[in-house]
Amino acid sequence: MHIVVCIKQVPDSAQIRVHPVTNTIMRQGVPAIVNPYDLFALEEALRLKDKFGGKVTMLCMGPPQAEDALKKCISFGADDAVLVTDRSFAGADTLATSYALAAAVRQIGKEQKVDIVFTGKQTIDGDTAQVGPGIAKRLGLQLLTYVSRIADLDLENNTITVERRAEGGVQVLKTAVPCLITMLEGTNEMRFAPLENMIHAARYPVRKWNKEAAGIEDVTKIGLKGSPTVVSKVFGPTPRAEKALMQSVEDATPRDVSLNVIQKIFTQHPTLERDILAKASV
Amino acid sequence: MSDAEVKKPAARGGRNLELPEHLKAYKGVWVFIEHDRGAVHPVSWELLGEGRKLADTLGVSLSGVIMGGPDEPLESYAKEAYTFGAENCYIVRDTVLKGYRNEPFTKGMTDLVNKYQPEIVLLGATTMGRDLAGSVATTLATGLTADCTELRIDPATRALAATRPTFGGSLLCTIMTLAYRPQMATVRPRVMQMPDADPARSGSIVEDTLGMIETDIVTKLLDFIADENSNKVNLAYADIIVSGGKGLKTPDNFKLIWDLAKVLGAEVGATRPVVQSGWVDAERQVGQTGKTVRPKLYIAAGISGAIQHRVGMEGADVIVAINTDANAPIFDFAHHGIVGNAMQVLPVLTDTFREHIAMRSRKAA
Repeated sequence: MHIVVCIKQVPDSAQIRVHPVTNTIMRQGVPAIVNPYDLFALEEALRLKDKFGGKVTMLCMGPPQAEDALKKCISFGADDAVLVTDRSFAGADTLATSYALAAAVRQIGKEQKVDIVFTGKQTIDGDTAQVGPGIAKRLGLQLLTYVSRIADLDLENNTITVERRAEGGVQVLKTAVPCLITMLEGTNEMRFAPLENMIHAARYPVRKWNKEAAGIEDVTKIGLKGSPTVVSKVFGPTPRAEKALMQSVEDATPRDVSLNVIQKIFTQHPTLERDILAKASV
Repeated sequence: MSDAEVKKPAARGGRNLELPEHLKAYKGVWVFIEHDRGAVHPVSWELLGEGRKLADTLGVSLSGVIMGGPDEPLESYAKEAYTFGAENCYIVRDTVLKGYRNEPFTKGMTDLVNKYQPEIVLLGATTMGRDLAGSVATTLATGLTADCTELRIDPATRALAATRPTFGGSLLCTIMTLAYRPQMATVRPRVMQMPDADPARSGSIVEDTLGMIETDIVTKLLDFIADENSNKVNLAYADIIVSGGKGLKTPDNFKLIWDLAKVLGAEVGATRPVVQSGWVDAERQVGQTGKTVRPKLYIAAGISGAIQHRVGMEGADVIVAINTDANAPIFDFAHHGIVGNAMQVLPVLTDTFREHIAMRSRKAA
């Protein structure tokens, strides 16, 4: 079995700061990490490999330094890694990104037939959740998003049964392999990389593909040119005009502060008090 | 507003930013009406509220798109859609559309768009809406903007200006699809206000067929396992939320949040670091990567007010914040601020609420 896991290298958004004057992202010193959601996809792929054997190939589009993210995945147990990197990919939105990644998956498939493509649910920098479905549509793969559990994989009959998170419940879906799965977070826990894997990963020759190697046929569909969306404005959030009514436990007892807050909010919002009383009575 | 106005998008790299002639015929605003097991998701009505404003600005009509199975009350969903501002509804009814599946819904939506040519298509950013939107936008090769917090019409181009948070909410960016149609966007539940229903409004139905049979469809829906009610967290639509952050220091202290929530009949929310530390389930996360909430009362304890949290809860009617640091950003957008240690304040606040409720209930009785 051959599984391709698509990942993205992202800035650790918990550590991102915005320049207060220019409203630009200050990337200096912000560590680049494997998109945390993608690790659930990788772990699920590794579990399938543990169970059924085969190979896990990592795929990433990004600048040359995204190699580090792929090496991290090798240390967890992935077998091979391809970085699709070319200046002409710059400025790609989700439509152009899915075009480039789909082409690369096709190229990988020429080396060995691909059974399952995994992606994370979304990235933490773009938060769109659009690239996974995009790749699936371009490759004509069955799409399974927000998968919380792989219930069954039958390689003899090429079928897979999964549980998919939906509003208010879980869908149980059965489909054919090959397919594309976007994995829900919290569904598994990434294994530890043993020391020998880390050494192997550090030395691993990640394959770097430019647009020709990635099999891009139509250069008008990649990068900025292939992106229908245009970012017209970037700005900081608006500060609120009125400030909070402040009280401090330095000046009054917690009891007085509590009484004061409760009295104020219920005076200003009598319906809120009614709602709470109604709930409390049942 | 600290607008770092970025100059008009330039046609860099030979990119075409003019709307081609053949796409100028695309007219009207559409909202995908999401329903499952007998109920329409409220986000669809919230979108009709926004869609109405866009359609009025453009002087075009607002339509709902409803797809479903033969035994589902699609006409009654359409009637409801009219009360929220839709002028007509496209209904596609087919046995293969009973229960959401990507393939038939993508075909249904894509065919309708190609046939009737709307300029704007809006969907809820739910697991269904996002699955469908990504597939439809790729199939149509058009622009899609996820998780928008504001939708407007750009007066110069008459294009949809869709604003969304980026980089975990640290910044907002306005995105437009200038040379492609339709312009697609998703909006998370609770981000837009629920419009008032006007029962006097009516509309008309346009029926269409899917042209697909079950054997065409590879993916089969075997079962739907409904969430157990006792475990179901409906944070997005909760009226009162008590949330805790890392300022509470330990998972044990986080119990103080549950105590207060119990007294108020509230849901419990949390920040991303709290969820990442495993103190509560991921479904309780409020913020950019969690849920957007719009409660009547939001109590934030030990939460500094990082932007990724703020974008998920600043729509609350009343925000009460407890934090030791008088300069914490949460006090910039809270209505009531208590400077103090949450571990010390919470138990007292809980007791005081309990007494107040007991006293008022006695009076009422």
